[in-house]
Amino acid sequence: MKALRNFLDKVKPSFEEGGKFHAFRSVFDGFETFLFVPNTTAKRGSHIHDCIDSKRAMSMVVIALIPALLFGMYNVGFQHYLVHGEEASFWATFLFGFLAVLPKIVVAYAVGLGIEFVVAQWRGEEIQEGFLVSGMLIPLIVPVECPLWILAVATAFAVIFAKEVFGGTGYNIFNVALITRAFLFFAYPVKMSGDAVWVAKDPLCCAGSENALLDGLTGATPLGQVSTGITEITNAVGASMSPMDMVIGLYPGSIGETSVIAIAIGAIILLWTGIASWKTMLSVFAGGILTAMMFNSIGANDVMNLPWYEHILLGGFCFGAVFMATDPVTSPRTECGKYIYGFLIGFVAIVIRCLNPGYPEGMMLAILLMNLFAPLIDHCFVQSNIKRRLKRANK
Amino acid sequence: MDLFSKKNKETFFTPLWVNNPVATQVLGICSALAVTSKLEPALVMGLSVTIIVALANVVISLLRNTIPNRIRIIVQLVVVAMLVTIVSQVLKAFAYDVSVQLSVYVGLIITNCILMGRLEAFAMQNKPWESFLDGVGSGLGYALILVIVGFFRELLGSGTLLNFRVIPECLYVKEGGFYMNNGLMVLPPMALIIVACVIWYQRAKNPDLQEKNN
Repeated sequence: MKALRNFLDKVKPSFEEGGKFHAFRSVFDGFETFLFVPNTTAKRGSHIHDCIDSKRAMSMVVIALIPALLFGMYNVGFQHYLVHGEEASFWATFLFGFLAVLPKIVVAYAVGLGIEFVVAQWRGEEIQEGFLVSGMLIPLIVPVECPLWILAVATAFAVIFAKEVFGGTGYNIFNVALITRAFLFFAYPVKMSGDAVWVAKDPLCCAGSENALLDGLTGATPLGQVSTGITEITNAVGASMSPMDMVIGLYPGSIGETSVIAIAIGAIILLWTGIASWKTMLSVFAGGILTAMMFNSIGANDVMNLPWYEHILLGGFCFGAVFMATDPVTSPRTECGKYIYGFLIGFVAIVIRCLNPGYPEGMMLAILLMNLFAPLIDHCFVQSNIKRRLKRANK
Repeated sequence: MDLFSKKNKETFFTPLWVNNPVATQVLGICSALAVTSKLEPALVMGLSVTIIVALANVVISLLRNTIPNRIRIIVQLVVVAMLVTIVSQVLKAFAYDVSVQLSVYVGLIITNCILMGRLEAFAMQNKPWESFLDGVGSGLGYALILVIVGFFRELLGSGTLLNFRVIPECLYVKEGGFYMNNGLMVLPPMALIIVACVIWYQRAKNPDLQEKNN
């Protein structure tokens, strides 16, 4: 750590005014403030003092994502060996998943940070830190069989059109990672939905099974099965699943979304550090559970008949509630607004699942839709506060 | 009278780029989204609108002193409706496939804001030749945006241009390659994003057009 600090101090002058790498000042600055807390403070005006700046807050979110990431890697390997009918050791399983997932992380970060660096350099601004989290979220919300070039195209699209054109980090209306996923979903539906993309079937260069695939495997996600009229949910090789299996999460799905346990660890980290709002999280679950119960009582199709706890456990519901809905940039700022926002996310997600046969999973679209309404929710609450206080003042 | 005086040239060239009907005046967006999933219908639509705007401008300009002010919109509509019907019939006769692709949008040229806008704003006050130039310029400005949008949407959405394969078949997944068409390009939202990119480029090149923050 000390050596790194010394090195940075040594090269710093060449990046400052008049130095020979002055043009790359923003790149240097970005790295320096990522590695070390900057010792500059606001000079005037009233500010809330806090020990963490936004780079540290983002780093905490990345740490909170690590359990889901590690479990996702293990699950990718587990599914691979499962459909080949081969027993593999824990480390062989994990190694396969690691090799399958790592390129996605590298691509997402390389493309997204590359664009951020270019834009910051071009506009002469500091490099913003927002992509630290988005770059980790993107690999976790795609199927394992999503090709890398498609991921790169979608990431570039989302960073440019959902973030940079709005003014960069902190100004985006929509969650960048979800825009990436939405782009993939609508542009390349073959690689983002259906039964064939959720399990890595081909062996990688130095890991994986050479056995032939087992017969009778489905590879569909549980929600995909339910939406096609299968009432008994099975895993990738056709064994039926109990709610406990759904909590553990060894079933096909997007890389990071399957395990409720791993997501819960992340949620605890986020809540303990105070980065995510418990109000949003709680109300997403409340909205989802109440809506699912409502549809249970109607029961007009198979998805409506899915018990409420399975609605919550399956698909991206937990992941979206914990990591996406709580994004401080795209969710409302007012405390009461967070309840409304969260509740409606849960509501819309289950409504899409139940009423639109084209989309087995509605969480992505629900959060994007409510992102759009977050400023309106804020506006209403701010105005009503102003009115209430005026009334009190005039009494 | 100088047919190609400086002023006349300006009348013709400004709507092509600086005062583009779609990018600057934001008119005719609806059809720019609807008919541009392929390049061919976009081209035909652009040409049809150009012909109709030019001829309608001439006709209205000739009549401009005899049209009673209170019923001028109705007169303009009658002229445009006649021209639209002629174009629609010609397309049905000689380019049936394209007219099927364009479906109702040929008929809906009558509601295209560019037409009424040019008639009201230009043809009612100017002589036929100037009106003709203005009509052709506006129509081609509209066609330009349609062709740009249609070009990108067909190239990236279908891998073809004017139904001629540009991205080789062997790159596609089903032939053993890796490439896939972008399905979002075929959907209307992507047309809006391409129009937005064109506007972005246009504003960047012409800083005068940038809206000021208040």
